[in-house]
Amino acid sequence: MVIASTTSTQNSGLFDVLIPAYEKSSKYGVKVEIVAVGTGRALRLAKKGEADMLFVHDPFREEKFVAEGYGVNRRTVMHNTFIVLGPKKDPAGIREAKKAVDAFELIAESGSPFVSRGDDSGTNIRELDIWDDAGINPKGKGWYFETGGKMGDTLLVADEKDAYTLCDKGTYLNYEKKIGLKVLFQGDPLLKNQYSVIAVNPDRFPTARYREAMEFIAFVTSPEGQQIIAAYVKHGSRLFSPDAVPSVIRN
Amino acid sequence: MNSIIESFSRAVSLILNLDKELWGIIFLSVEVSGTALVAATLLGLPAAAFLGFKRFPLRGAVVSILNTFMGLPPVAVGLFLYLLLSRSGPLGFLSLLYTPTAMIIAQTILAFPIVTCLSHSAIVSVDPIIRQASMTLGATQFQVSLSVIREARYGIISAVIAGLGRVMAEVGAILIVGGNILGFTRVMTTTIAMETDKGNFELALALGIILLSISLLINLTLYFVQKRGAAGAAR
Repeated sequence: MVIASTTSTQNSGLFDVLIPAYEKSSKYGVKVEIVAVGTGRALRLAKKGEADMLFVHDPFREEKFVAEGYGVNRRTVMHNTFIVLGPKKDPAGIREAKKAVDAFELIAESGSPFVSRGDDSGTNIRELDIWDDAGINPKGKGWYFETGGKMGDTLLVADEKDAYTLCDKGTYLNYEKKIGLKVLFQGDPLLKNQYSVIAVNPDRFPTARYREAMEFIAFVTSPEGQQIIAAYVKHGSRLFSPDAVPSVIRN
Repeated sequence: MNSIIESFSRAVSLILNLDKELWGIIFLSVEVSGTALVAATLLGLPAAAFLGFKRFPLRGAVVSILNTFMGLPPVAVGLFLYLLLSRSGPLGFLSLLYTPTAMIIAQTILAFPIVTCLSHSAIVSVDPIIRQASMTLGATQFQVSLSVIREARYGIISAVIAGLGRVMAEVGAILIVGGNILGFTRVMTTTIAMETDKGNFELALALGIILLSISLLINLTLYFVQKRGAAGAAR
């Protein structure tokens, strides 16, 4: 079974524990193949019928994907947060910001460098949404840099340029020791990073492995699967909070 | 098969409707690779002449090392330069990382051994009679060297063409030291890699076709220069 997934879940290492646990429990003897690409490309792959299910983080486009009849049975699995990173000196003064939109406005007003992934990934889309809410079009501005690359590469560029950037918490924890950037803003509900699974619609793609996809969805949203997600700790922090069975944290 | 044909036809329509952003990318590619090639030639040609005319200890070792460096892996050059130029590196104070200058340096390093070695072999394979003849005519050492290089010029042009092939096609080193930043360091090869990653095969293909066409154009020009020269020499 092919799962088209976002790169952040793959890079975080969560799949290294979650996938083997699922394969062991599978009644169909499923072997999972992960195609780790940005959310934008994952959705495109699935629309061509080249994946059996999705594990992605862009709620708006996911809903559209389902509404257009490409996918069925979307379930939210877990979330973590996006954070705004920047140089310790914080030239735009976003530490004082109340909302993510305000933080972005401050960056634009001060003309401080901002590094974007510019790659159509879930993180990139969220960043553009925030600019949109702030009524700012950063494209083509002298302080706005687009790397077109992965989160890790983008962090290195931002670090070198003493720039601000939007990052998922998991990737930041991996790079925390290598870079000088600090977490300058977090906590806005707009920065919630929601991951979902969707099965590809068997009516549209008769050769898709629908039963296997549904078995996987059942597994990751079961107390057992959610417990694995809740227990996944890196650098002393839980990376993802389970959403399907949140009570596993309290047990 | 159909999807390949479809991709190709969409790529062609993209080429016919190039936007400003793509023009910038194409222009930067030519600028970076062109500058690197000129630099590699300016450094490589004297180096090749020196190796060809002077006899010194360990000369064979130097030639062997340069021959090996013709196959330098671009990613390794990129990584080495990255460590050198990054802010915590020894040359970090220059703030060159993620600039076109860093990309030019990387490509110069890659093209230099190719231009040097191939020019060197063109120079040493010139008929020794030329050298002896100009010496009997009372030429100075410098004049002798010039007439030998003149004789080797077609081989030297081939060396430059080989160097061009190396830098135009290269992606590993410039991706690392350039960072593929839109409008600053994004060139054709890094765009092709990125767009393929994103699944925009048509755009990647369009850029691939343009890249090939530019290389073909330059090669054809040099070929005709070479051919006219050869015809002239035969007369």
